[in-house]
Order: sequence, then structure tokens, then C-alpha cells
Amino acid sequence: MQRFVMAIDQGTTSTRCIVFDQNARLVAVAQREHRQYHPRPGWVEQDAVEIWRNVDRIMPQALRQAGITSDQVVALGITNQRETFVLWDRHTGVPVGRAIVWEDIRTEELVAELEKQPGIEEVRDRCGLPLATYFSAPSLRWMLDNVAGLRAKAERGDVLFGTMDTWLIWNLTGGVNGGLHVTDVTNASRTMLMNLGTRQWDPMLLEFFGVPASMLPEIRPSTEISGTTTRVVPGISITAALGDQHAALFGQTCFEKGSIKGTYGTGGFLLMNTGNELVRSKHGLLTTIGYQIGGEPAYALEGSIAVAGSLVQWFRDNLGLIHSAPEIETLARTVKDNGGCYIVPAFSGLFAPHWLAQARGLVVGLTSYINKGHLARAVLEATGWQTREVVDAMNADLGAPTPVLKVDGGMTADHLLMQFIADVLDIPVQRPLVAETVSLGAAYAAGLAAGYWPDLEGLRRNWHLAARWNPVMDARHREDEYANWKRAVELTFAWARSSPST
Amino acid sequence: MPGPIQSIERAAAVLRLLARGSGHHGLTEIADSLGLARGTAHGILRTLQRVEFVEQDQATGRYRLGAALLHLGTSYLDANELRSRSINWADTLAARSGQEVRIGMHHDGAVLVVHHVFRPDDSVQTLGIGAMLPLHATALGKVLLAYDPDLSAAARRRELTSLTRRTIVRAQALERVLTEVRAQGWAGEAEEYMPGEASIAAPIRIPGGLVVGAIGISGSADRLCDSTGRPRATLVRQVLQAAEAVTTSLVDEN
Repeated sequence: MQRFVMAIDQGTTSTRCIVFDQNARLVAVAQREHRQYHPRPGWVEQDAVEIWRNVDRIMPQALRQAGITSDQVVALGITNQRETFVLWDRHTGVPVGRAIVWEDIRTEELVAELEKQPGIEEVRDRCGLPLATYFSAPSLRWMLDNVAGLRAKAERGDVLFGTMDTWLIWNLTGGVNGGLHVTDVTNASRTMLMNLGTRQWDPMLLEFFGVPASMLPEIRPSTEISGTTTRVVPGISITAALGDQHAALFGQTCFEKGSIKGTYGTGGFLLMNTGNELVRSKHGLLTTIGYQIGGEPAYALEGSIAVAGSLVQWFRDNLGLIHSAPEIETLARTVKDNGGCYIVPAFSGLFAPHWLAQARGLVVGLTSYINKGHLARAVLEATGWQTREVVDAMNADLGAPTPVLKVDGGMTADHLLMQFIADVLDIPVQRPLVAETVSLGAAYAAGLAAGYWPDLEGLRRNWHLAARWNPVMDARHREDEYANWKRAVELTFAWARSSPST
Repeated sequence: MPGPIQSIERAAAVLRLLARGSGHHGLTEIADSLGLARGTAHGILRTLQRVEFVEQDQATGRYRLGAALLHLGTSYLDANELRSRSINWADTLAARSGQEVRIGMHHDGAVLVVHHVFRPDDSVQTLGIGAMLPLHATALGKVLLAYDPDLSAAARRRELTSLTRRTIVRAQALERVLTEVRAQGWAGEAEEYMPGEASIAAPIRIPGGLVVGAIGISGSADRLCDSTGRPRATLVRQVLQAAEAVTTSLVDEN
């Protein structure tokens, strides 16, 4: 009887269930989107019950599509959008309001207040993250402050907190009938409530954010979830959970210290494995857990690019210069260079490594010579230079240059962009044969825990190169262009300072 | 001689209606103007929308002529769009066949490689996107020739360059091969481009059947062909499935 591993990828816009075989080949995919709610400007919510119902549909659907039965599934791994969380009643399973999504910025004022509190440096030191709206703790605090009676219920342990991994595992393992209330270290590391050193909830952090410990799940290593489904498709072992970007790092088999993966979708997410060493960034990166297989965690540095593919979407939808996103490359190729034009897409501030929430985007270097082709180039180059800034910061923090960048995500179909990234980093860029690295990472972790794959080396053998872009740009030209980009970025700071309305 | 096809006449009338006056009409207006049942008009509009001859305004629901009508003679599918839509299927083909995969489109009398996936054996390979391949000596090229009458006519008039001792250099022989390609729905080639190498390819179509590109595998002739020198049936099937999957993805997302 042939056996398989299943992954559930609970993403920001949809939830997918994917079945892989032992060669890491994709056997079936089932997917359902869920609604985004924007009840007020800056608020982003999702219905956790809708997401759970979607899982209820796609799991059996994936099995049917693969033509297999549940006893052929040796393990299930769960990966999820990070930081998004939901609160629910332990006795009824009914959520308290909707899930608050990582993109939600309702806590801007609260974050500014907390920033002034004593102990703020200590917070960053313990959890590895700068205080920002998109981590879970500020939004959780907001819920506790704004929903009547919630704090008392949370203190009594009647209300539970969970990131989406926790919510799905609790439901799959029985819900009100003994559901497991657990999370993995990578998801916990994005809440601002976990101590990176002990990898447990930190009393000082809980006190700082005013969060009762009684509502929090147990933190476990990524491959020690140890649950069994009793609902939807009963009898499947849930053996692993990882946040989506951490799963991508694992799926790209970035197991060595210093290896980096970049996922290019709406935004860009770069993670570097720093091995057993907890590196505190001096260059504007986040410290997080890469994954934890067994006793020792692999730490990671993370740099996020807020606007990557979304800049192409903006170019398509708001400027109307192209019909579809891939046409950006066609338009960019109508000219041979950027013509001296640069676009810094600081639409809602700049993320890593600058962290300047007030910065706003700009287009500089306009002359009568510039046409839409140059603008298209500048759009793609913006993602390249932002990658360079993050990789430079990673190399500086680790003290050694990374030899290669492993990429995945929809934008890897953009040949010009991938070549440009190789050129500006001056290292090869590699794309693996399996594009679904997030799901694959969760499947790998789950299969490893269940003994389906023997060890990391076995996983590495499944990684095959689909494309490699080698750097060809002249060094002098590269540094001149980088200097121009940096000047453009500085101008966004100047704009932030001079604008009276911010 | 078959009679005129009513639905095509009606579609032409819809286009003429949209081409005059305000150029923006709702479903009911169009149906009433042409004396069609609403359901019939809706079906015609949906089909015209699918081939991009008509667009529907998202906000008002009204119909207008599509941008594709304005440049009917130029390219119907962007090369980068094709790569983006086909990337997962090309990966799947490489994983299944164990061979390198290319997607080609016609450009300037040659095959332009718009997508390339390495052979999944982790050997050192060079990315071939942007390379130009000869039409008459590759499986990708034969597919493009077989389904484009202008292109194959041009090929007949030109001298066919000999690349190996097996390259087809006589126009008549090429014409026979192209007829065979159309009959079987795929093309093969063994040692016609490079000694020791072979390739298999199949057409990528848009709705209506128009061939916009080709997807294929290439590798050593020993692995791609059986003892009689014919492409292996399993590999041909995998290439056809991939071509079908890409064709479907072009329909779905339009």
C-alpha cells in the first residue's frame, strides 16, 4: 500500500490541502478561499469558523483527488499565516468575534503608547521582535481591553487564544471534546509573548502586554505536535506545525547555517538559518525560530519586504499600464535600463531593515526621456534592491556572506526580476522544482516526525534545481546603481519628516 | 456547402452594435436591439468575453468592445504571461519525465525559448530562456511549423540548414513530417539538432484551437527513444498531458 503525507496550508487568502508522495511530488491539491472583512479603515478580519469549514471540505476533497484513503496518510503537517489569531470559548468552541489578521493596523495608537512604557528594550530583547501592529500581542491586548467581560473569562481559562495552527489543531483533535490546545515554537515566536531563549511564554512579556497565561496554548517543538484527528477525516496523525515562512525555509531545505530563502509573492519574505546560535540583529532584522526538530532549535533572522508583487499589482490596477502582472516583464524589456528612474514603494512605511512607519513611497529621477518601460523596470528593480538591503543586513549580522539565494513564490516566473536579483546580490539565485515550498515544508516536518523520511539528508535529496540565474552585472555598475537606490530611500525619510500631516 | 452558422452571425451583430454609438450597452439593451432572447444574448456575450473580443465593466455590468479586437493581427499571448501560467505544469513534466523542459513560441523565423526547467538530476546546466532554436530541426519548432500555414510556407521557400547528418533539409520531406505531426498531435526529433540528443513536443492552444506555443522535453536519444528510434510512448503521453494542462490553464484564467 502506497503511503503519503498531507499538508494543510492555512494562508491569508485561502486554505489548501496538498498530498505529497515520498519523492516530494505533488499528488493532489484542494483549495478554498475565505472572506476578508474590513469593518473599519485599517481593520482586517477573517471568520475562523469559515476557515474551519473550508478545512472540513478540502481534506476529503484532496483524498478523493489523490484516489487514496485516510489510512494511507502517515502524517499531517499544518502551516499557517503567521500572527493572525482567534479567541474562542473553551466550552462551546464559538469564537469571540473574528480573527484579527496580521495586516490589521487598529493598534497603531496602542503600539505608540506601549513604545513609551518602561521595559520596552527588554521586550525586544526577550522576544526578538520590534513592537509593531502586526505581531499578535498588541491586537490581543486590544481585544482584552475592548471586549466586555473578556479579561475575566480569559483569566478563568474559559477563553482560549490561538494562532491559526492552534485553532485548526484544537478543532481537528476534538474541539470541545478534548481538543489539544497547542502551538509550535515558530508560531509562538511571532506573538511577542515567547522568550526566544527558553522558548516558553515569558512572564515579563505577559505582564507587559497584560495577557493572562491561562488562555495560552502549550508551546511544542515543530515536530512534536502529537495529535490525532477525531473529526473531518478521523485517525490521521498530526505530527508537525510551522508558520508559513518557516515552513518555506524548511521546504527549501535551508538546513545549514547561513542559508537563505526568499519567498516572492505580494510581499517578500527572506529568512536566514543561523543554526543553534541566537543572533540578535544589529541591522534591523527580526530574530525568530527557524524550526525546531527535537531538542535544539534552528534560529533564524528574518527580513520582510512589505511591497513586492503588490507593486506590480498597483502598476496594473492603479496605473493601468499593463493588463496582467506578467506583462510587467514584457514592458520592462522594451527599454535597456531604468533610464535613471527609481521607485521606492514605501506604501505603508518601510520594513526591514529601515523600520520607518512614516516613510511614504516615491518615484525619482523623472525626465522627459522616461517612458512606461523605464517605470516597469523601476518597479521590478525595487524588489531587487530591497532584497539586497535585507541580504546585506543578514550577512553583516552573521559575519559571513551567503553563497546562494533559494527562491520561491509566484514572482519567480519573472525571469528579468530573478536575473536582476542575482545581479544585485552578485550570487546565484536558485529556484527548486517544487514551487509549493510552504506546503512541502509542513509535509517534510510531518513526514520526518512520523519516520516517513529518515533524516534531513533524505529530504535534501528530494530538492532539485529547476532554474539558476548567475550574476552577470558589472561590479562598478552595480555599486553605482545601489548608491542611487540608497539615495532614493533616504528621500522617503526626508518626506516623512517634512510632512505635517503624519 | 453548409449554410451560414447562426450564432456566428449573431456574434458579428453584437460586435457591430458595440462598435457604434456609445459603445457601452447592458445585456437587456443588446438582446432587445437584436431581437434575441436574453439567455441567447448572454451566451454570445460570455463567449465573446472569453475570447477577449468583448469586455464587461465591473462597476456597471455594461459591455464594450475588448482591447484584443484592436490588435487582432499582433500577438495574442504575451510570452511572459505564458511562462507564468505554465510554470507549475512545466515543473511537473520535468519531475515526471526526468528530462529538461522548454516552452517555445515563434519569433522571427525561429523558436524563442520562453521558459526552461532544468533536468532534475542536479547536474550543472545553463538557463536557456531567451535562446533561439531552429524551427525545422527541433520538436518544438516542428509543432510551431505544423500549425502555422504562413510559417511552414516560409520554411518551404528557405534553404533548410543542415545541423547534423539527420537534419531534414528537403522541403518535401519536412512537409511530410508536418502532416504527420498534425495527424498525431505531437512532434518528435532524434539527432536532427544535435548528435546524441532527441526531443518531443506538443502544442499549447487557446480556446478555439489556435496554437500559441509548444511545450516539450529534450535529452539523450537513448533515454527519449526506444530501440527502433521512436520516441517512447510514456514520455509522449506525459508531454501531451502537460500541453493539455497548460491549454486548460489558459482557458480557466481568461
